[in-house]
Amino acid sequence: MAESLPSVAEITVIEPQGRLAGPRLREVWAYRELLYFLVWRDVKVRYKQTVLGAAWAILQPLATAAVFTIFFGRLAGIPSDGLPYPLFAYAGLLVWTFFAQGLAQSSASVVGSANLITKVYFPRLVIPFSAVLSGLLDLAIATPLLVVMMAYYRVWPGAAIVAAPFVLALALLAVTGVGLWLSALNVEYRDVRFVVPFLVQLWLFVTPVIYPASVVTPRLERLGLPGWVLGLNPMAGVVEGFRWATLGTGAAPVSLLSASAVVALVLCVTGALYFRSVERSFADVV
Amino acid sequence: MSTPTIRVSGLSKRFRIGELVRYKSLRESIQNAVKAPFRRGRRPKETIWALRDVSFEVAPGEVVGVIGRNGAGKSTLLKVLSRITEPTEGRVELRGRVGSLLEVGTGFHLELTGRENIYLNGAILGMKRAEIDRKFDEIVAFAEIERFLDTPVKHYSTGMYLRLAFAVAAHLEPEILLVDEVLAVGDSEFQKKCLGKMGDVARAGRTVLFVSHNLAAVQQLCRTGIVLEQGRVACAADVALAVRHYTQQVRRIAATSVAERTDRAGSQWLRVTQVALCHADGREIRQALSGEDVVLRFYYASERDVPDASVNFAFNVRNLHGLLLTNLNSRDSGNLRMTVHRRGYFQCTWPRFNLRSGTYACAIYCEVNGEVVDWVQSAFELQVEDGDFFGTGRLIHREQGDMLIPHTWSSHGDPA
Repeated sequence: MAESLPSVAEITVIEPQGRLAGPRLREVWAYRELLYFLVWRDVKVRYKQTVLGAAWAILQPLATAAVFTIFFGRLAGIPSDGLPYPLFAYAGLLVWTFFAQGLAQSSASVVGSANLITKVYFPRLVIPFSAVLSGLLDLAIATPLLVVMMAYYRVWPGAAIVAAPFVLALALLAVTGVGLWLSALNVEYRDVRFVVPFLVQLWLFVTPVIYPASVVTPRLERLGLPGWVLGLNPMAGVVEGFRWATLGTGAAPVSLLSASAVVALVLCVTGALYFRSVERSFADVV
Repeated sequence: MSTPTIRVSGLSKRFRIGELVRYKSLRESIQNAVKAPFRRGRRPKETIWALRDVSFEVAPGEVVGVIGRNGAGKSTLLKVLSRITEPTEGRVELRGRVGSLLEVGTGFHLELTGRENIYLNGAILGMKRAEIDRKFDEIVAFAEIERFLDTPVKHYSTGMYLRLAFAVAAHLEPEILLVDEVLAVGDSEFQKKCLGKMGDVARAGRTVLFVSHNLAAVQQLCRTGIVLEQGRVACAADVALAVRHYTQQVRRIAATSVAERTDRAGSQWLRVTQVALCHADGREIRQALSGEDVVLRFYYASERDVPDASVNFAFNVRNLHGLLLTNLNSRDSGNLRMTVHRRGYFQCTWPRFNLRSGTYACAIYCEVNGEVVDWVQSAFELQVEDGDFFGTGRLIHREQGDMLIPHTWSSHGDPA
């Protein structure tokens, strides 16, 4: 065999760790190939044995947008910032679906990987990360339809389109943050399984998906609150920001986006810290 | 002597009993927190030390067998070494890449093909993509699955699945390999192949820590043996010495009467107090004679009467090499419906006793209405003498194996 043992081998020290361990991102980086393979596995397996296959990724936001258009756009006459309501709803639902699916996948991810966790070592953070990242595929599949709809309604993006990747990065950050919290909590408290569908439903209504933020901000101001308070829900910034970037709705929602970015970042950092502090017991509890 | 590859010092791991089996619900946590100040006289959660102050060193290229009874801490030791679970105290230093084979096929996905699973499993075990590319053909050849490479593994036979899983793991080529009971699965051909591969790994100068019940495999493969007993190192020596220590330990423990044993599991409202080996007529005997009808009586004391319960009473039989020969239980035999009395015995009738002469160690397990009430490892020994099993009027010669199988022979001419 051509290989020879390294003369100075890497030394691993195993010791009980303190309560506050850092997230060891360097280690996660070292395992990036595993992350890649887990994402790849999720993607490969997701639509196996389904008749419609990847069409599901389009069908979900599309069907929801259709229902919203009929009930909220037509019947309830909810405004849509001067945009055609179907386009308005689909753009919002595109990022919302990414968030909602990401939450569902990531919150169940650690418990669902019990067989891995009890058998091999790797940085556990890789698991929720991969669950979130594999959702990007659905987003990519559903995005071309947005382009088609924009062409149909003759809505052209302005210069703000360059901000779209950053808004999507913010969405990724938000879903990762919440996903880390939920996935770790789910290991000890299986209640999370029941909380998530409920949480997603409620969250949808407090996020400007069905209605534009411009409906809410005047009321907030009448209460003496600044408009960015809405951005404390990170998804508010994401949805509004995404519409602004792609559909060119009005001025840049800078304060809203900033508030959302700060909250998403805080969620992510605290989520990673919480995850790390409980991950030591995963193998014993899962 | 060079620096040890594995240095374990003062390693301890504590489990809370119950932590292993169940998870909390939020409601319970809140309830507990609320009730805690008002609770009196309740014992704090019981804890057990799965490992207690374990220290040893392994030199580079050494192949060490870790042996011990169930629950002695073997698997916990491997889990700590492979970083799956954290130690409570102590320190471990490992020099080099660690590969662990705690169970073959970890992370296999049934919907994916053999080819895809090789990459996925390799990545899970810590291989780089380029490394898998390089070893791909070797893995496929070892697993003998060339023709099924692009078939989803859910269509594989058990044998193919195991071969593939082991092949990936065996090609990991770590400096330190931790192996747990992989050899307990698969046919003998497969086991031989695994043993051979592990021998290669050892000859290539890598360090192997091998946990097994299979003493023959340990003796064949390892030079050194570590015996664990209730989480502590009872003996660390040359493998022959360690194996002898272990068999003596098993016999010593099995010789203590069941009633005095404290190392038992289960809720304990029912305890087995005595095991009696009897003749078919109920007369107690010290040794069973193969070929005779034998009755085993498991006397117990119970705190409750449970009429018409579902009782799964079981005992298994191991030879002194630790090889599991069989398990006799009331579930398989279709006798689950039994009544639990305050005092009484469960009786197992074993017609035409078919073990060959020797000593066998048996564990007892009792489950009532789905609750494990008593569980004792190496609870008693069975002494067996060869008898006239085949009814030929001659004693059978003890030659190979432990079992006697009723059978006949005949001769036929080939019509063609």
